Amino acid sequence: MSSTAGGYYVPKPSHWPIMACIALICLTTGAANWIHGNTIGPYLFSFGFLVLIFMKLGWFRTVINEGLNDTFNHQVELSFRWGMGWFIFSEVCFFSAFFGALFYTRAIVVPWLGGDYGTAASLHTNLVLWPNFHGVWPVMNPPGKSVFHGLTEAMSAWGIATINTAVLLTSGLTITWAHWAIVKSRRKQVVISMLITVALGIAFLALQSHEYWRAYNLQGLTLGSGIYGTTFFMLTGFHGLHVTIGTIMLIIITIRCMKGHFDKDHLFGFEAVSWYWHFVDVVWLLLFIFVYWM
Amino acid sequence: MTEAVVHAHHGPDRRPGIIGWIARWLFTTNHKDIGTLYLVMSCFMFFVAGAMAMVIRAELWIPGLQIVNPHFFNQMTTLHGLIMVFGVIMPATVGFANWMVPMMIGAPDMALPRLNNLSFWILPFAFTLLTSTLFMKGGAPDFGWTFYAPLSSTYGPPSTDFFIFSVHMMGMSSILGSLNIIVTILNLRAPSMKMMKMPIFVWTWLITAFLLLAVMPILAGAVTMLLTDRHFGTSFFNAAGGGDPLLFQHIFWFFGHPEVYILILPAFGIVSEVVPTFSRKPLFGRNMMIYATICIAVLSFLVWAHHMFTTGITLSAELFFMYVTMLVAVPTGVKVFNWVSTMYKGSLTFETPMLFALAFIVLFTIGGFSGLMLAIAPADFQYQDTYFVVAHFHYVLVSGSLFALFTGVYYWYPKWTGRMYNEALGKWHFWLSLISMNVTFFPMHFLGLAGMPRRIPDYALQFADFNWIASLGAFVFGITQLIFVFNLIYSRYKGKQATMEVWEGSHGLEWTLPSPPPYHSFETPPEVK
Ligand SMILES: [Cu+2]
Repeated sequence: MSSTAGGYYVPKPSHWPIMACIALICLTTGAANWIHGNTIGPYLFSFGFLVLIFMKLGWFRTVINEGLNDTFNHQVELSFRWGMGWFIFSEVCFFSAFFGALFYTRAIVVPWLGGDYGTAASLHTNLVLWPNFHGVWPVMNPPGKSVFHGLTEAMSAWGIATINTAVLLTSGLTITWAHWAIVKSRRKQVVISMLITVALGIAFLALQSHEYWRAYNLQGLTLGSGIYGTTFFMLTGFHGLHVTIGTIMLIIITIRCMKGHFDKDHLFGFEAVSWYWHFVDVVWLLLFIFVYWM
Repeated sequence: MTEAVVHAHHGPDRRPGIIGWIARWLFTTNHKDIGTLYLVMSCFMFFVAGAMAMVIRAELWIPGLQIVNPHFFNQMTTLHGLIMVFGVIMPATVGFANWMVPMMIGAPDMALPRLNNLSFWILPFAFTLLTSTLFMKGGAPDFGWTFYAPLSSTYGPPSTDFFIFSVHMMGMSSILGSLNIIVTILNLRAPSMKMMKMPIFVWTWLITAFLLLAVMPILAGAVTMLLTDRHFGTSFFNAAGGGDPLLFQHIFWFFGHPEVYILILPAFGIVSEVVPTFSRKPLFGRNMMIYATICIAVLSFLVWAHHMFTTGITLSAELFFMYVTMLVAVPTGVKVFNWVSTMYKGSLTFETPMLFALAFIVLFTIGGFSGLMLAIAPADFQYQDTYFVVAHFHYVLVSGSLFALFTGVYYWYPKWTGRMYNEALGKWHFWLSLISMNVTFFPMHFLGLAGMPRRIPDYALQFADFNWIASLGAFVFGITQLIFVFNLIYSRYKGKQATMEVWEGSHGLEWTLPSPPPYHSFETPPEVK
């Protein structure tokens, strides 16, 4: 432990960050080599992944222990809160890039390529380059069909997506239930509600995997289907990745709840994960509206 | 507790020997150590990217192809731009934030010190990865620092994928770094330091950090789309799949324009600290400075398509982006007016930091004016992709951001090291930089107006004279920077002892600490008057 006389908390030197850098460089160079078909790629990537897991466990263990030993004060906890809040803000911005791409292609690119944008340039683009292309969403037959194969059936909002919406919204409720139970010190209810939340997260992922399987095998909808498949898989895929990470965090938090790490004055770790989970929830609602429904 | 107190006063406990020395810098959680690491790295990268600029200017010395082939020339322009932006200016401003923000707001350190270490140490890995592309098959990225699709998607060399991942790493570093700065400013201020009492440098960094958090993820999105377009069959930037190469430009510049303010706002902050000190007057219109900065940040999200006037966007879009871009001149003008008014009737002295700050005000304004010319959509059809653009952004980045960084280094160096820099060498550095900078970049305005395109290794005979002059200026500018480095190293050991206040007119909490300051800046929150 290291702190200064005035009650400020300053942690002592740490080897976790440099380990994180090693993990990162192995992951990135591993991935790039893998893409290029070099044998070293997958090995380097896997090694980086292991280092990443080891680093995460170690780093979080350090911080959790500091929290449990009351090493740091309220001010540090407030820093963590601000930090998590701004981190989620940057995540929102990441998703907005992909939503922006979706809106731009739907509002401008597809009508333009179809000759319906209302300008001479749009008309010429269609007549000269893609005379057989009809600019309607969903784009079943992309302009260059020889390269981007199109699809036979677009996604429907009223199947798996509806069930998944219900699943995620329910999980938002159950995690709020857990929060309430922690504040009221009802240990048993905390664990039950957290287990339900984790189960709902896993159910969502299972359903989405099934949806992806159907898309690839029955609907001809793949990453290479043109702009519809591109936006669909990239948006739902990144969301799914966040749900996966969120579920892992929920599992860890559930274990910590079982160990009794949280009470009404010490629940930052729990709250951070619940904020993250609500963020994932909101992104899903936007996906449901703009990707599946409209 | 006694042990902790001793620790606080005497710096890091470290093992002896070279291993201990390495471990100290690798594992450090101290804001001053990390600030130093940022500054030293960006100084090193400045010479790496500077060497690339020398290659470019050597090739352009006379018409014809002499030294490098066009392919390698393109790699030089690309890496020069990328490294100067992401590896020099940005890390240097973060280095300043690390050193100064805790001292200026009365904090012991940054809010999240371990994360701070991570933010820095990602960078050497990222830049090793980026520069290693030079040695890969097919060469380094050659599509310009803006990496427009389809140059980078369909036609990019294999090393593009390594470039993409290095951008991901830089982005991660920037996001974590700015998150840390924003949390420090919001949460670690001395209790009596209200928001409107914060030093202007802290204010500009607060807003810069917000911009970084908002747009670095957008850049991450752009390179991710590029990666999937290249290898996983997506068609974001491919019209054959229903996408659009222009989408890339929209996303890139939605990041890119706020990015230029990320490069310049901390520079504004530094100049706003230095001008009052050497005018021996408080900053004129302090609150207006803060509002102007906020105004610039908001507008920065609404002007991106002024980089795309010639791409065939609709007329209404051209008009919108033209007018909003011109609007940016208003808050920027407020700033220039306030700096000048601060000096009005002040008792001025002209030490090196003040000289650089003055040069900044004049030359940045020239860069601002050429920016206004470029903002006029019909005129931009003529200027687009010519040397006029190159002249414009070098005026705002070299005599703007970089000169402000020099200002800040000379201004706070005595505080950091406890020793004065050599004033005579500082003046030599200033005058030679000032002259050679203008000799390099001013003729580029004429070249651009005459129609010389940027990013080409060869040119028509009519451009020969100005290119020769520009190259000469560039070589002098390059060599001059060695004086700067020599001065810093020499003064570290041989400089005269600095006092606590250092400057007669200094103002702010950092000057209430000894020079050099203790390892943990403020152990108890100071009182702000
Ligand atoms: Cu711009």
